[in-house]
Amino acid sequence: MWRARARRVPLHAVVVGLCLLWLVPAVGLLVSSFRPPRLAAISGWWSALAPPYQFTLENYRAVLSAYNMERSFLNSLIITIPATVIPIMVAAYAAYAFAWMRFRGREPLFTLVVGSLVIPLQMTLIPVLRLFTAFKLVGTFPAVWLAHAGYGLPFAIYLLRNFMGALPRDVLESASIDGARPLAVFFGLVLPLSIPAMASLAIFQFLWVWNDLLVALIYVGGTPAVAPMTVTISNLVNSLGQNWQLLSAAAFISMALPMVVFFALQQFFVRGILAGAIKG
Amino acid sequence: MNDPVVLAIVALIGVPAAQLGYAVVIEGILERIAARWERILRPWLWLAPALCLLSVFLIYPALHTVYLSMLDARSAAFVGVNNYLFVLTNHEMLLAVRNNLLWLVFFTGITVSAGLLLAVLVDRVRYESLAKSVIFLPMAISSVAAGVIWKFVYEFRPAGASQIGLLNAFLTAALPGFRPVGWLVNLLTDNFALIAVGVWIWVGFCLVVLSAALKGIPAELLEAARVDGATEWQGFWRIILPTLSSTILVVTTTLVILALKAFDIVYVMTNGNFNTEVIANRMYKEMFNIHHFGRASAIAVLLFVATVPVMIANIRRFRAQEALR
Repeated sequence: MWRARARRVPLHAVVVGLCLLWLVPAVGLLVSSFRPPRLAAISGWWSALAPPYQFTLENYRAVLSAYNMERSFLNSLIITIPATVIPIMVAAYAAYAFAWMRFRGREPLFTLVVGSLVIPLQMTLIPVLRLFTAFKLVGTFPAVWLAHAGYGLPFAIYLLRNFMGALPRDVLESASIDGARPLAVFFGLVLPLSIPAMASLAIFQFLWVWNDLLVALIYVGGTPAVAPMTVTISNLVNSLGQNWQLLSAAAFISMALPMVVFFALQQFFVRGILAGAIKG
Repeated sequence: MNDPVVLAIVALIGVPAAQLGYAVVIEGILERIAARWERILRPWLWLAPALCLLSVFLIYPALHTVYLSMLDARSAAFVGVNNYLFVLTNHEMLLAVRNNLLWLVFFTGITVSAGLLLAVLVDRVRYESLAKSVIFLPMAISSVAAGVIWKFVYEFRPAGASQIGLLNAFLTAALPGFRPVGWLVNLLTDNFALIAVGVWIWVGFCLVVLSAALKGIPAELLEAARVDGATEWQGFWRIILPTLSSTILVVTTTLVILALKAFDIVYVMTNGNFNTEVIANRMYKEMFNIHHFGRASAIAVLLFVATVPVMIANIRRFRAQEALR
């Protein structure tokens, strides 16, 4: 018995070791964010784990008030919520048409959607930026909402169409025969049945927009009144340099919400990944 | 445009209301027109919002970028293939291409193998779901935050000073005579230091996808192989690997695209200094530092060309799946 156990020791050592390797860097940053500046600059964060315990909330107060993090947190929220809601509903309409309506050009059109999953965003940045400039939208929230909605659509349509296409045919057809209009079929049957897929998608899009740097950098750039946390932090990395206790506090403020979402809704997130692992 | 109260109303009430209203209005119109037209128009009206957004934000800009890539810095005069010639011979750009190849080989290779190895290993321990959550966690945070985390791990102080970066502190403590390394400025290590951050983020993705596929292999199959005297090692190479090959291909293509588009990590951690430049960051600099929109567009087009094989593979795979439905 013990011999069989002993043979499993290397297995446990590798798995536990890798888990630690994944956790320790993040823990180090968390510990640093609570350390007073003079200590953080001269000793490693691990020395804070032994007495005398010297921790402070000063770093969080400092980044929130003096480095625009409070405003940026709000901006991230204002950007993320509509940028998540808009594409999901638009994609649900399109997915319904692709899955349950017959029309000429359906196959080629959907192939185009699948193909556009991998178009690099870089291909679109300059023309879209010029479009926003022409409509005086650069540096505004609606610009970022619309851009994220457009970029998120191919994946959203792909995922929802596959899910809706797998719904039981007889249920939907008998509803139509009973005289239900497409509007009623969609809102009464298709949408409620698609809630699991829509939930996966919502989490995906939420995390993707919340964590995005490139789109915000291009269309919002240096406008502090609109900049989300990713943009603000990447500026702080340059301006704060060695002030690790401030940088780490800022990074943790930006990680808090996605981590909560992640832990609360991990199942949906994983299901979404498994359903369509090819986001562009 | 940025008044918070107006925005909140628009975002939380206006947008959903407009979207619901759209479906009600188009169905209202469809009910009032001839049945023949109703059948033809209905799909297109349901598709219209999506097609508009896709055209404005993906299709039209992608085509327009191809056109811009043949114009000069201010998009005023036609210059033919000059931008491509410049981009393909410029030293910085060639360096970026080399680094993207490093990303392609090492980021993709290490992430997929580590994900596969972990999928097989965690399958055998009782704390599987906990281990998966831990490895998967970096997927939830931004590359910017991950960049800060790892910049701190790589922090360098001269030899003799107290090291506050975990990596140098660990190595100086563990190996006598080890001299601290500036991981992000040393030309031999910096690209790999950046790639390691990408690996840290994405192994969880590979693990979750491959682990789900692994659960699909019937336990009896592996058990039968064991009874017939196959070692674990043979079981892995002869049964697990061939069965998972299509899933491995899917995660590999995803990672290939990520490697080609690598931007956030590099932008935050080194901004391409010390020979760590990548194509996407090069394009950003051409756009915002140098303001040469022709060259920036040419770089984007090259990036797109590199993803075309993956796009074709995806479409083929999709067609094959459809044929099975």
